[in-house]
Amino acid sequence: MHSTHRPLLPRAAAGAAAAVLAAGLAACSTGGDDDGTLNILIDNSEATGSLMQALVDAYTEAHPDVEIELEIRPGGTEGDNIVKTRLQTGDMPDLFFYNSGSLLQALNPSQMLTDLSGETYLDSVTDTFKDGVTSGDAVHGVPVGQAIGGGVLYNLAAYEELGLEVPTTWDEFMANNQAILDAGTAAPVIQTYGTESAWTSQLFVLADNYNVLAAEPDWADAYTANEAHFADTPAALAGFEHLQEVAEAGYLNEDFASLTYNEGLAALVAGEGVHYPILTNALTEIEAVDPEGVDQLGFFGLPGDAPAEAGVTTWLPGALYLPQTNEDPGPAQDFLAFVASTEGCDAQTAGVSVIGPYFIDGCTVPSDVPPAVAQLQAYFDAGLTAPALEFLSPVKGPALEQITVEVGSGIRSAADAAALYDEDVKKQAQQLGLEGW
Amino acid sequence: MTTTALSAPRERRRDPRRHYPMWFYLPAAAVYGVLFIVPTVASLYFAFTRWNLSGAEFIGFENFALFFREPYLFQGLVNTLIYGALTSGLKVVLGLLLGVFLTSQIIARGYLRSVVFFPVLVSTVGIGVTFAVLMDPSDGLINRALAVIGVDGPGWLTDPNLALVSVALVDVWKGVGLATLIYIAGIVAIPQEYFEAAKVDGASSCQNLRFVILPLLWPATSTVIVLSLIGGLRSFDLIWTMTQGGPGFTSDVVASVIFKQYQAGFWGLSSAGNVVLFLLVSAVMVPLYWLMGRKEVER
Amino acid sequence: MKRTKGVASGLIAIVLSAVVFLVPFAFIVLTASKTRGEAALREFSLPSEWAIWENFLAVVQARDYMLLAAFVNSTILTVASIVLMVVLAAMVGYVMQRRPNRWTPLANALVLAGLIIPPAVVPTIWVLQGLGLFRTLPGLVLIEVAYGLSFCVLLFRAFVATIPREVDEAAVIDGAGPVRLFFQVILPLLRSVIWTVVIVQAVAVFNDFQNPLYFLPGDDHATVQLTLYNFRSQYTTQWNLLFMDILLITVPPLIMYAFFNRQIVAGLTSGAVKG
Repeated sequence: MHSTHRPLLPRAAAGAAAAVLAAGLAACSTGGDDDGTLNILIDNSEATGSLMQALVDAYTEAHPDVEIELEIRPGGTEGDNIVKTRLQTGDMPDLFFYNSGSLLQALNPSQMLTDLSGETYLDSVTDTFKDGVTSGDAVHGVPVGQAIGGGVLYNLAAYEELGLEVPTTWDEFMANNQAILDAGTAAPVIQTYGTESAWTSQLFVLADNYNVLAAEPDWADAYTANEAHFADTPAALAGFEHLQEVAEAGYLNEDFASLTYNEGLAALVAGEGVHYPILTNALTEIEAVDPEGVDQLGFFGLPGDAPAEAGVTTWLPGALYLPQTNEDPGPAQDFLAFVASTEGCDAQTAGVSVIGPYFIDGCTVPSDVPPAVAQLQAYFDAGLTAPALEFLSPVKGPALEQITVEVGSGIRSAADAAALYDEDVKKQAQQLGLEGW
Repeated sequence: MTTTALSAPRERRRDPRRHYPMWFYLPAAAVYGVLFIVPTVASLYFAFTRWNLSGAEFIGFENFALFFREPYLFQGLVNTLIYGALTSGLKVVLGLLLGVFLTSQIIARGYLRSVVFFPVLVSTVGIGVTFAVLMDPSDGLINRALAVIGVDGPGWLTDPNLALVSVALVDVWKGVGLATLIYIAGIVAIPQEYFEAAKVDGASSCQNLRFVILPLLWPATSTVIVLSLIGGLRSFDLIWTMTQGGPGFTSDVVASVIFKQYQAGFWGLSSAGNVVLFLLVSAVMVPLYWLMGRKEVER
Repeated sequence: MKRTKGVASGLIAIVLSAVVFLVPFAFIVLTASKTRGEAALREFSLPSEWAIWENFLAVVQARDYMLLAAFVNSTILTVASIVLMVVLAAMVGYVMQRRPNRWTPLANALVLAGLIIPPAVVPTIWVLQGLGLFRTLPGLVLIEVAYGLSFCVLLFRAFVATIPREVDEAAVIDGAGPVRLFFQVILPLLRSVIWTVVIVQAVAVFNDFQNPLYFLPGDDHATVQLTLYNFRSQYTTQWNLLFMDILLITVPPLIMYAFFNRQIVAGLTSGAVKG
């Protein structure tokens, strides 16, 4: 029994440097099972599941001797928790799929994940993506999926019926909302704060980053350095204010408080609501349930206050990472090389409908994409994109979704919410040990 | 402790060391010590560190300061006390009434006992999912039923003023069967002579309850209070399944605040929160435990 | 007259209990029997087309018959941890009540601490890894035992107090040693509380999802609650399957209760004799 004290106490006393931890734990943990199977931990979303299955099927067809098992974990914050716990305890399987950007930074990648920057297969991954999975000089991930836009998915039929134009400024957007409200057949804006869907409330703030950067080009760096904040930067505060305006004007669907993400998508396709601020990977979700539904929708970037050229805030897809605890990384590396190749994206294209451009050189997108995807592609072609804040700064507070739910529900004012979120952000920055906090 | 004094004269009559060996503690102590005490003591240390995936850095009481600065912590504290008091109070009252009722001469007693107890058997997640659907403001069965009789039902889980109470009611729905069972066990254990004596004295059924059943049921009551109050003060699984502390932070309790910090990877901070929660629950429970222990001995 | 009163209040109680307790359960059953589209309406109505068998197959076959493996795992987990919990806790509760000494306050405090303090996940995993028990069913069994002990000790200690010491003395005069005294004389007398503990803890362990999630990760070891957890987001648009899963994992505890219901009642009445 005394042996149990060994892994605990010296480490606690020493303040437990994580490198020591990881090394020490590798000895006593099982990591993945060493039965020759390649184990990959993925989240339980429809989109990740079908993309990974397509990749695995194509890979095992070419390598019949390899067996790959997908282990599924819950999504959302519970999933973040599992990933962190398993990394900390040295129990991560051979590979795992996870977000890029600030969520990745919270995993302490330089000490937990293998640096892939020396691998030749990484040469074909675009720099834009590499930026989202880099910490220090090390590059950690290989993208699965395509670029994602954050903005407004809208019902094409409703726009046609009411003779509306795609708005390029916030005022035009609000005018469209008023017109939809006056027509009286549908809710102008869908919000979904129901079970496990509160995250969707963040889009008004997060997808506004293109507009924030247009007004304040240095915003991301100043924000990371604790020099600019949501509450004292008018352009950044606008996202919170817009949510409050929409809610106060009565543009939201009546059941916003209990509707879930999937129900919101169904309502949008059915025309019960016309605008839904969301990420474009929702299209994969819709396709899984209602393949025809995807063609009913269009997409535009979240409009801002400035009349400059309207653009879109973009998200990088998640990536596959190789934990340092993997003692026999050969098979995992080989699989990563496949994912980073054109064969990899062809496999993805064959398995799941493409929703945006790939981040791998030489990968092509089929020409007959749904209208929303074509509209997103147009922003990329015109160069009117900017990454979401979480890909420019490691700092993202964990409570934003509760705060934006409060704004959308009329419990808290925009200014109050922005100040509260700044506090939340501070906590995260202190945990990361950043300078200036 | 107090019981020592009572049993002292008896102990002289025989040697307890022979018949009640201390090694009976050992197997339980081994499992409990290794898997509960050791990790708990370790986490006590981590409460004083900034502990996340990057390692653990000693920062003194900063976590506690930070924890008490959480803007929604105060509401969480208030909610915790409301939730604990509401659930344990209702479980005691309803459990007692149901216990008395289900030991009286009624038809279908076995069926009724089973029905009251069955929610105890269903998983919390299952109950949470089911009631979240039933309590939906527009499509939910509850509000549809209310609409039939012309009442415009509230947003049970979406109204900030109501969400916590709604979850507490579901908690009672789920847990009252256990309280009832404990009370039934207590009532059945009351010797019949007491009732007969009361009958001879011409006691009404109301007086029966007040002067005969209630005092004799004190052990059952204290068990119900201890279990449901501790459960209520610590509880968050049902809250987590049904509202995730929402809308916003309005139904957050201390345990769900801690859980959210844990999920965010702020392990040191959440360890500090656990220490605070432990102190809070102890502050309520230890005096209560002591009081009830005393009352039990007096009896 | 008393008889008619019993009938009347019984009838009222039956109606009330049906509304309060059976309607939610009926809702689960009805939704589990509907087609996907009809279930999405979430109405309390009879299905226009019964799809109970199709839904049953869909849930059982999902993820390579994961649910069946999960049932096996959950059964082993529940039975093993309950047996250990009952024996270990009864031993502690018995000695605590019968032999108060200077250690008793400490034991008391530890029992209360076990009820109050939420477990620390990461250090616990370290300990399990150190013992080579992480990711194993025995490891999870011991975890469930450790977390359930406090509650059981509390109940056992209270009920041992109701057994007169004369019983011990008689057995000792008959020449029983401490082990025989406990296992052959005292333990059988604790029947009623044992059933209570078994029911309550079996339900708690069987329905636990947090501990399996952290201490026994991996699809090979899934327990029934994890199927619900894993299916939940997958089924957000398929209420019929979600509720079928809830229904299926609720049935074993119900059967157990139906089966042991008589033992519980019998145990309770036998407890009454001793007052």
